[in-house]
Amino acid sequence: MKRINLRQMEENQSGKIVAVNAAGELGRRIRDMGLVPGTEFRIKGRAPLKDPVALRMMGFTLSLRNSEADHIEVEVKG
Amino acid sequence: MANTIALAGNPNSGKTTLFNALTGARQHVGNYPGVTVEKKTGQYKIDGHTFQLVDLPGTYSMTAYSMEEIIARDFIATEKPAVVVDIVDAANLERNLYLTLQIIEMGVPVCIALNMMDVAKSRGMHIDSARLSEFLGVPIVPTVARSGRGKKEVMAAAADIAGAGPSKTTLNISYGEDIDNALTEMVPLISGSGLLTDYYPARWVALKYLEADEQIVSAGEAANPDLSRELKKIADRVTRHLSATLDTYPEAMIADQRFGFIKSIIRQGVIQMDTDEQRLYLSDRIDKVLINRLAGPLIMAGVLLLLYHFTFVYSQVPVAWLENMFGALRGLADAHMAEGLLKSLVISGIIDGVGGVLGFVPIIMFMFFGITILEDSGYLVRVAFMLDRVFRMFGLHGSSVMAFIISGGIAGGCAVPGVMATRTLKSPKERLATLLTVPFMNCGAKLPVFALLIGAFFAYNKAWMMFLITLISWGGALLIAKLLRMTVIRGEATPFIMELPPYRLPTVRGVLIHTWERTWQYIRKAGTIILAISILLWTMMSFPQLPAETAKNYEAVRQQALAEYPAPVRNELRKQGGDDSLSPAARELEDRLSGISAEKSQAALKYSVAGRIGTSLESVSHLAGFDWRTNIALVGGFAAKEVIVSTLGTAYSMGAVEAEQSEGLSRQLANSPLWRPLTAFSLIIFVMFYSPCFVAVVCIAREAGSWKWGAFSMGFNTVLAFILAVSVYQIGTVLGF
Repeated sequence: MKRINLRQMEENQSGKIVAVNAAGELGRRIRDMGLVPGTEFRIKGRAPLKDPVALRMMGFTLSLRNSEADHIEVEVKG
Repeated sequence: MANTIALAGNPNSGKTTLFNALTGARQHVGNYPGVTVEKKTGQYKIDGHTFQLVDLPGTYSMTAYSMEEIIARDFIATEKPAVVVDIVDAANLERNLYLTLQIIEMGVPVCIALNMMDVAKSRGMHIDSARLSEFLGVPIVPTVARSGRGKKEVMAAAADIAGAGPSKTTLNISYGEDIDNALTEMVPLISGSGLLTDYYPARWVALKYLEADEQIVSAGEAANPDLSRELKKIADRVTRHLSATLDTYPEAMIADQRFGFIKSIIRQGVIQMDTDEQRLYLSDRIDKVLINRLAGPLIMAGVLLLLYHFTFVYSQVPVAWLENMFGALRGLADAHMAEGLLKSLVISGIIDGVGGVLGFVPIIMFMFFGITILEDSGYLVRVAFMLDRVFRMFGLHGSSVMAFIISGGIAGGCAVPGVMATRTLKSPKERLATLLTVPFMNCGAKLPVFALLIGAFFAYNKAWMMFLITLISWGGALLIAKLLRMTVIRGEATPFIMELPPYRLPTVRGVLIHTWERTWQYIRKAGTIILAISILLWTMMSFPQLPAETAKNYEAVRQQALAEYPAPVRNELRKQGGDDSLSPAARELEDRLSGISAEKSQAALKYSVAGRIGTSLESVSHLAGFDWRTNIALVGGFAAKEVIVSTLGTAYSMGAVEAEQSEGLSRQLANSPLWRPLTAFSLIIFVMFYSPCFVAVVCIAREAGSWKWGAFSMGFNTVLAFILAVSVYQIGTVLGF
């Protein structure tokens, strides 16, 4: 297991959130969608210009920008 | 209110579908006071009792983060509905229950509609709703809103709760030792002094102080400053402690614990899965193609083209019906009314004004029909997803693209439906920047002006000129958007954390209701104002009238011309005016007469308020190369850009010039010593950027929620357009063009 930033993840890679380092409105918005420590997800794909990124988690698909993904630390296999 | 039932839930949970299924077409759509969030209400009868149903805006949470959340929260707290029916997407239980917990914590009677049971089942999920109901302490009714299954049962359960009188649901989630201790300390203080407890439970108020919820803290401060200070002190202490020991803060902690609570109850036998959770659902497979890096943009271009085509080409049939109808009305007025002011007012002011308002209706209808299908199917969000990177550079949002294209990003659109299309944008700043810049696109009404000028001065390069014009308008709009976002609409980009909902087949009822609602809003809200302005503009272009003396002179000239021809010629003309079979002499007379009346129209226009404005502006406008004739035409263009060509015709004594048949005017401009290609180009730039037409301004004001922005778009755009046109003209002149 290693800790990386959500932005660095590859397509189809799975991971588990370990920390969300955003406060204020952005942090609230991230958490409201269920991106809290312990949540598992998979990278579903990226937009044509590689940003935003789409995640598959808890039975739904979520998209966020790379600049927002920067605040999310994940644990991945390997 | 005892007979109100509020529907709350996540976006895409099927809330509006359930609302539509319950109320049918008997619903009323308005706005919440002062904001552009739609308020939908309807009625539902059960056992002879009529309930007022309110469809609250879809939210993911009950923080005071977005307009939608504040509205939903305030409605529940202050209007005190008898029951809140929380629509929960069964296939997406974990995230949906996050909102459910927050609603239950508000202490209002809650009933859950566990929706999309069919989808959950098809995904191999078995949900034990009785068990879930036990955990949460609220009744749960399984539903499938699309087919209407369970809707009666939900309302029966809600009516039961309402009939039982005011009751309070309580659910005390543990938020960890630190927060729980703080709550124990705060709750007695709050209930003791009754701080905000008319609206909220004490524990909820305490939680909001810990979360540092601005709305509640400032309300608390206003109600009881001393207690508020004390509560804030406790919250600060907890915040410092959590930061030191766990590197977190109360708000994050509370959210984590809520999700923890949800996970724990789900694990206790609420959901059982048949199949492997990682298998690809149909939506994921469709996404493999539709948001594919290569195929995605191509398909998107096709879909956008199709939407554009559908909006503007297919709507032409009903537009033509309306035009014929108004043409007939105009003919009727022309034939049966005596010449004079009243006739002019009826034809040019009222019939044309009403026609102008209604002429947009089919376009708006077709556009919303198309957009609603794209929106309800889930595709629109994908478009935003694919284009966000580009639009974000200019301070806009991926969803802005639709509005730009409809407005004339593909030349020939219309800013009125374009401005209304910004409703699909949920981020307020990006939305405002979009609706202020879409009028820079080349709408169908600007095209005749461009065609006239290109035909006169750039005929050798028509296609390239049109391409250049399209590029300039896109580039200009995006750069101005960036400028606005750096100045008057400054602020961080709204987070793009969006759900990409599963693809769903839109329901016919949903699409029709939605299309009709939005079209009707346009007719009702914008229509009356536009009619009033149309009459005002007619007044400006008709008054003051030529002095009797001058009018008499023109009549004398006319009589003199008539006198020069023998009676048979005059009779021939009177019998079959405008016919090609006229004798040469009669045709000559006809030409002279229409020449005289064109001169009279020109003089009348110059004498009117609009004409005087145009003339007095000449001293400034010559910097951009415009003379008084052009100015008057541009003043007319405030009403509608179509008016520019016809007014220019009148100002050049050409008589009435049809926008589509302007070859004569085009030749005249080309031969005029006042005009050269640079003048034409300067005018093209000005027309592209100056004030939106009145209809668009009214829509901007409505959609932005304030007349301030309508006035801003008129003033700012006109000044900007003038600066650009002057730069083009002056630099061009220096360079020797």
